[in-house]
Amino acid sequence: MSVLDSVRARAVPAGTGERRRLSPGVRLAIVAVIAAVAVACYLFLFIRGSFDFTFPRRLTVLGAMLVAAFAHGMGTVVFHTVTDNRILTPSIIGFDSLYTLMQTLTVFFFGATAIATSEGIPKLVLQTALMVALATLLYRWLFSGRFGSLFLMLLVGVVLGMAFDSLSTFIQRVLSPTEYDMLSVELMGRLSSVPGDYLPLAFGICIVVGVILWRRRHRLDALLLGRDTATNIGVAYKRELTLMLVLIALLVAFATALAGPMTFFGFLVATLAYQIAGSYKHQYVMPMAFLLGVITLAFGQFFMQHIFYAGGFLTVIIEFVGGILFLFMLLRKGTL
Amino acid sequence: MTKNKVLLPVISVVVLALTVASLMVGGYDITLESLIHDPAAREMFFISRVPRTLALIFAAVAMSISGVIMQLITQNKFVEPTTAGTAQWAGLGLLATLIVVPDASPMVKMVISVIFAFAGTMVFIVVLRRIALKSSIIVPLVGIMLGAVVGSITTFLAGNFDLLQSMSAWRSGGFSSVVRGFYEPLWAVLAVAVLAYLLADRFTIAGLGKDLATNVGLKYEQVVFLGVMLVAIATGVTTVVVGFIPFLGLIVPNLVSMMLGDDMHKNLPWVAVIGAGLLLACDLVGRTIVAPMEIPASVVLGVVGAVVFITLVLRQRRHVSA
Amino acid sequence: MIEFHDVSMSYQDKRVLGPVSGTIREGGITSLIGPNGAGKSTLMTIIGRLLQPTSGTVTVGGLDVRSTKTQELAKHLSILRQENHITARLTVRELVGFGRFPHCQGRLTAEDVRHVDEAMEFLNLTDLADRFLDQLSGGQRQRTFVAMVLAQDTKYVLLDEPLNNLDMKHAVLMMRQLRRAADELGKTIVLVIHDVNIAAAYSDHIIALRDGLIVTSGTSDEIMRDEILTDVFDTPVTVHAINGQPTAVYAR
Repeated sequence: MSVLDSVRARAVPAGTGERRRLSPGVRLAIVAVIAAVAVACYLFLFIRGSFDFTFPRRLTVLGAMLVAAFAHGMGTVVFHTVTDNRILTPSIIGFDSLYTLMQTLTVFFFGATAIATSEGIPKLVLQTALMVALATLLYRWLFSGRFGSLFLMLLVGVVLGMAFDSLSTFIQRVLSPTEYDMLSVELMGRLSSVPGDYLPLAFGICIVVGVILWRRRHRLDALLLGRDTATNIGVAYKRELTLMLVLIALLVAFATALAGPMTFFGFLVATLAYQIAGSYKHQYVMPMAFLLGVITLAFGQFFMQHIFYAGGFLTVIIEFVGGILFLFMLLRKGTL
Repeated sequence: MTKNKVLLPVISVVVLALTVASLMVGGYDITLESLIHDPAAREMFFISRVPRTLALIFAAVAMSISGVIMQLITQNKFVEPTTAGTAQWAGLGLLATLIVVPDASPMVKMVISVIFAFAGTMVFIVVLRRIALKSSIIVPLVGIMLGAVVGSITTFLAGNFDLLQSMSAWRSGGFSSVVRGFYEPLWAVLAVAVLAYLLADRFTIAGLGKDLATNVGLKYEQVVFLGVMLVAIATGVTTVVVGFIPFLGLIVPNLVSMMLGDDMHKNLPWVAVIGAGLLLACDLVGRTIVAPMEIPASVVLGVVGAVVFITLVLRQRRHVSA
Repeated sequence: MIEFHDVSMSYQDKRVLGPVSGTIREGGITSLIGPNGAGKSTLMTIIGRLLQPTSGTVTVGGLDVRSTKTQELAKHLSILRQENHITARLTVRELVGFGRFPHCQGRLTAEDVRHVDEAMEFLNLTDLADRFLDQLSGGQRQRTFVAMVLAQDTKYVLLDEPLNNLDMKHAVLMMRQLRRAADELGKTIVLVIHDVNIAAAYSDHIIALRDGLIVTSGTSDEIMRDEILTDVFDTPVTVHAINGQPTAVYAR
């Protein structure tokens, strides 16, 4: 070792200059507490009228919120990992457009009542199945194949989405104003009107997918290294991506069929999670996204309903804010 | 190349035939005879048919050539006004006018739309500089998301001001309400087309990047500004008169490049011709398939365009890396 | 040893590599040299199973790289490409730690930590262990990636231009460490190297490619000849013994 080397060896090791920051675990704990508070506020405060009537309803809505926060939050985080990109959202594949088209066609063929009345689990399952089928078709056709490309698949999905949108918009023009109004409600995200008997199925799906994602959390971390490096350390890259994409499709499609489209909610929540989690690791980011989603929805609904008396507009506001955040993220410095 | 020698004249004839058909076909059939003898037919012809057909041609030329300009400037094959957010911004401008100045003349509406379209495209161009790999598919994906954000903001505002069904009329751009006295501003598109033709080389150089462009003496910012201005004008005017026309700027330039290569001077006239033909065909289909009702051209185009685009993209599949 | 048989790679109608066949002997350092576009990186990427060849088979240590499960392969074979972009914000220690993934699936044991520490020390990275990747210089980042591969502790190590971004001193240090890894730890190291002189100075065996085909192969002394190098690189090269070391002169 030269003199220079030995001098360097005695120098102050790098990294000690940084401020002591909260550990990811502590951050999760704090956010979990805030989430609990948000849930409590939503459930118990400002109950006007009968407790026995209001409380079960609120519980149901809370259930829907949990599902939406889980599905969109985790779905978007994993989607970002899979696409190596933090700008796209899973809905870009055309879920929202397909959902809109399905709802529009329903109203067109069966009238407004078909949408207004309780639809039943079969319809929910059918809609989810259709969306997952579309997604899987895209994956196998455009991604898994020899010349497969992830972004190619996304682009085709997007274009299909645009085609669906064209059709939907046209059919909507032909509807009567009442039919149109009823349809608009469906299309805007309707956490408050999710029937309670859907929730067991919804929770079941979330738990199953959640367990699978949790068990693969280290592999998800490895995916962040990029295709070549991940393959080098033994991750079956394409197979892992395909599995993740199918899980994401299942989560997002189901959440959309359940509570309507929420394109930028996942983006909003995921982006905040990256900032707040304090680590890149999925074992911290995924739960953080879920908790932040719960906070956003519970506190959001609480404020909208009791402070602004505009309870029905929550999802619209969230989409709006998420969209603005998206624009902001795009215009910041740095590379995409 | 010899197949082009046959193909191109055939295309020209087909487009000409489509133009004639567009002038003739409709709820009120017009023949050459009735034109000469029937004053009512003549009136119908000049008030409705001719403006409609001209509007179709101009709108197609506007969107196709805007696509070419944007593709030259961004060096990306998939960029066009509806995949970069431009058209959606124009729509937002239109909505803003409807909310703030509901009685505004079409001229005012157009100017405001153009301003919005310009701002929106500049946003896209700025975002583009952040993307590392310019030729990648991620560019149109980001542009489409950008468009989706603007679109959802528009829907939100429209919902608040009870203008939802008007905006959805805009969204399925149609030509059924185009009459004389309403469509004239579209002539501005001709000016855009001519300028695009004259400046094509400059746009190409600008597309190579600021450093390279400045190195050969091009005033980079100026050229980009001008290009975006032309696109904004074309899109803004089309938006107000006709509405949202998807895919044309995407499909047509790529189709022409596939046939003729990438020489813009040679391609531009054909881009205009084929774009016009495609839109005319979609409009005719929309007019005849469910007569007497009408499916707006942009809806037909939305479906047809999607199919064509996906086919295009699949053919390129082998060139595209993950 | 590494065996590749009738390997070729074509993109559309353009043939980039092959057909090539050969073996890379066990132990020591083997270098692939050749001009731009010769197919060296392509061949290495195919051997490292990161690229599917248009035809041909490759076995590494008896394992077929195409049919063996990638998780299993990762315990025997490691490969590092030239370009490595990572979007996640990782520290040096975390990235090197990923090298242990095939062995521990992300849950590092004390044994794994030991490998990580050793790999970092091997490449003088211990002081930088807690720095983030984006805070490092190009050379430091390069060494971190090599450390990750070393931590993976595989018998066969493939490195594509590992000396990129390294200045003279660190390039020589890196080659010395690789030499140590081959001699003391019995690893089989395959390198793609641009600098012929460095390749000659440290390799046991050299394979020369040109236009997608193997032109010749042999020991440093056998390869470092005027006619051979001039043919391979398509430019006048003369070889002189300087300080007893065959040195290629081509600059003028």
